[in-house]
Amino acid sequence: MSAPSDNMPIPAPAVRSKPLLIRHLPYFIGAAILVALAAGLRFDGYVLNILLQATTFSIAVFGLSVVLGLCGQINLAQAAFFGLGAYAVGLGTTDLHLSFWLCLVGGCVIALLAGAFLGMSTLRLGGHYLAMVTISFQQIVTLVMINAIWLTRGPDGVPNIRRPELFQTSQSYLAFCVAMLAIVGYLVWHLSDTKLGRAMRAVRDNELAAGVNGIDVFRTKIYAFALCALLGGLAGGLFAGGFAYVSPDQFSFAESIVFLTMSLLGGVASPIGSAIGTGLLILIPEWLRFLKSVPGLYLAIYGLFVILIIRFMPDGIWGFVADAFNRWRAHTKAPPAAAPLELKPATVGGEYVLEVTGLSKHFGGLKAVDGVDIAVKRGGVHALIGPNGSGKTTTLNVLSGLYEATSGRIVLDGTDITHMPPHRRTAAGLGRTFQNIRLFRSMTALENVEIGAERPGNTMIGKGEDALTERAMEALNFVGLGNRANELISSFSYGHQRLIEIARALAANPTLLLLDEPAAGLNSTEKLELHELLKRIAAQGLTILIIDHDMTLVSEAAQHITVLNFGRRIADGESMAVLRHPDVVSAYLGSE
Amino acid sequence: MDLVLQLLFTGIGIGAVYALVALGFVLIFRATNVVNFAQGEFSMVAAYLMVVFSVDLGWPYWLSFLIALGGMALLGVIFNLGVYYPLRHRTFLPVIIATIGASILLSNSVLAIYGPQPQVLQGWFDTPGIQLGPVYLDSQYLLIIAVTIALVFFNYWFFEKTLLGKKLQATSQDKEMASLLGISVSTMIMITFIYSAVLGGLAGILVAPVLFVSIQMGSTIALKAFAATIIGGFGDVAGAIIGGLALGVIETFGAAYISVPYKDGFAFLVLVAFLIFRPQGIFGERVAEKA
Repeated sequence: MSAPSDNMPIPAPAVRSKPLLIRHLPYFIGAAILVALAAGLRFDGYVLNILLQATTFSIAVFGLSVVLGLCGQINLAQAAFFGLGAYAVGLGTTDLHLSFWLCLVGGCVIALLAGAFLGMSTLRLGGHYLAMVTISFQQIVTLVMINAIWLTRGPDGVPNIRRPELFQTSQSYLAFCVAMLAIVGYLVWHLSDTKLGRAMRAVRDNELAAGVNGIDVFRTKIYAFALCALLGGLAGGLFAGGFAYVSPDQFSFAESIVFLTMSLLGGVASPIGSAIGTGLLILIPEWLRFLKSVPGLYLAIYGLFVILIIRFMPDGIWGFVADAFNRWRAHTKAPPAAAPLELKPATVGGEYVLEVTGLSKHFGGLKAVDGVDIAVKRGGVHALIGPNGSGKTTTLNVLSGLYEATSGRIVLDGTDITHMPPHRRTAAGLGRTFQNIRLFRSMTALENVEIGAERPGNTMIGKGEDALTERAMEALNFVGLGNRANELISSFSYGHQRLIEIARALAANPTLLLLDEPAAGLNSTEKLELHELLKRIAAQGLTILIIDHDMTLVSEAAQHITVLNFGRRIADGESMAVLRHPDVVSAYLGSE
Repeated sequence: MDLVLQLLFTGIGIGAVYALVALGFVLIFRATNVVNFAQGEFSMVAAYLMVVFSVDLGWPYWLSFLIALGGMALLGVIFNLGVYYPLRHRTFLPVIIATIGASILLSNSVLAIYGPQPQVLQGWFDTPGIQLGPVYLDSQYLLIIAVTIALVFFNYWFFEKTLLGKKLQATSQDKEMASLLGISVSTMIMITFIYSAVLGGLAGILVAPVLFVSIQMGSTIALKAFAATIIGGFGDVAGAIIGGLALGVIETFGAAYISVPYKDGFAFLVLVAFLIFRPQGIFGERVAEKA
């Protein structure tokens, strides 16, 4: 099969995707059958308890699949959030005589707020902090549960917790919990294909790239963390109603580790995996009851499991299955329709798209960028060149907001973006690629480009998932990779990965495109193709600011060149004139 | 006033233990960019080794001490080979999860072998302490403080003045460059793990006579030590020590004047306050990832 030529429309497959609810009907039918079985079959008390535990624990572990699986953030306090929900129902229905439903919702809210607070205080920092802070939070919650006897009744726990009127029998309560499990499971499963879910995966794969593609990294992490806490609280509330008794030792750090092991064993990225892991780790200790007779032994085995799973089965049990399934699916799914990519850079009409004045970036005493002015004319290719260490990439990083400017002003198409975080600059119309490619490695080419297309303020996409996919396909076709849209990033060559990064930026329909050494590492054929691509981009009126070392590419593609050396601007003007400028020649070749 | 001085002494003594464990954290973090969540378990295991040899078998204290430290060096080797080394090319998340797994494995293995009953370990000296004016100086606390001071100087000398120390520093700053200069990176990392396991073990043995020897002692100390590293400034040796001392003092005063049952909670409150208002710690600088 020959590759479709670069910008030709591919004939559209006639089938439009069916409405979501219909496509997912088998799931709901299966769930309904499970609920009916839970309600109808006669279980003895022992089996009932195990099923109830598995169901409620699964919901808590779903939370981990969101925060750890989707978003790549760790939470070692899930048992504490679980406990918050459980105590809300426990104390609310006994001491306060409130309705079960009110307590359940209240517990969820308390867990959510606690999670959001923890997240806000820690998530700006690295994952180590989060791990330690969640352990600390877990310890504090346990301390309060044991010592605040006036509130929690201390180590004795809370007995006689009530259930809702509607589900008084254990059997009907189990059916209710299974229904909750099915609903939560559906939401978590579906989450990864929503805008928020894609943002979480992007954050997990590459935070910097997520930021410059318009994703508010910090907020996304807080959402993931708060959602995880919320699911923990919900699960805990259901647990308390089911077992009618809660005590502090049920919500200890050890239980958080049990939740983590369940999640890792089943497969951290998917709710199905979570349910499998939970079920196994509840059943296996029941089969191996003799292990529980020696205190510590079964937790020691859990610890060993964690090490072994991380080393030998990083995607868990479900990861194996899903991998095989995805490979099969990827080959059957035809690339969707795509018209030629249209770029309509926004404009407020001024002569310059980007005006940088007096821009400086100092690292301690080092003046990496020192009072640089750049004015990029609308609709052209502008090159920023200079010897190694002259401050080009630093300038680009300050422009895209990865570094805060020490001083100076950056105006993009009439908007002052000097103090905006990266994702807001992207929303304002900035697009960029990276010198060392930063793609979302666990995703397909199409998904990568979809995240780009999803930038806030992109006027070129209509409503809905289909429009998003269409736009992404247009961008991939534009760079000539439309026929490989569903392949994972790792299967592409280095040069093609660069093209995907450019497609990701183009899909967002930016006002200005920053290219950081796009020709680096490309062979001569690929460089020619890149040059052609730049021409086609410029032909649609998109302004490009490019950094590169390849003088042939720069002199042929760019109409205007700014030259930096030692962080200062040493020349600026029309390409040919600048390249002949004696200062530029001596900066590159040395003076006599 | 007398009470204040007495509490200050106790606080510095317990803070010195946190500082020692925090030092182990910082060394491993600087060498591997990974926080070792089993660092506290090193202390716990060493304390149990002391109980086994000194109490159960009745061997001389100094001999048990040497055996325990030797055991810790061995544990450092096993830990590196079993937990860190196979994952060295993965991102930090799998690695910290693996160290958490190791921490659970170590503490619960000891629990399975030794049972939940806390054990008692004698101090190094027979004299319980000396009265200095209004303040009673417990001999074990004096020893802890002395050892910590000595180790701070030893660390400085070792990392700044010896070739091995400089190789370790080079490895922690740039592994690729270090290996191009002929430094065996895997050997350096191995040495780091051995050294920090011994350091953690030393802290455990020193603090054991003050606390009880229990399964939980490791995780409690480790959490405080980690809080100390954040308060001091992550990855900063001086910061870890100041942070550890500060935490010990805060906690001792908090227990005396506010609440005993919540003693362990104060460290975490201070930690959260620092994370919100000064996440780079006392000495740290903000770092940004390179694009």
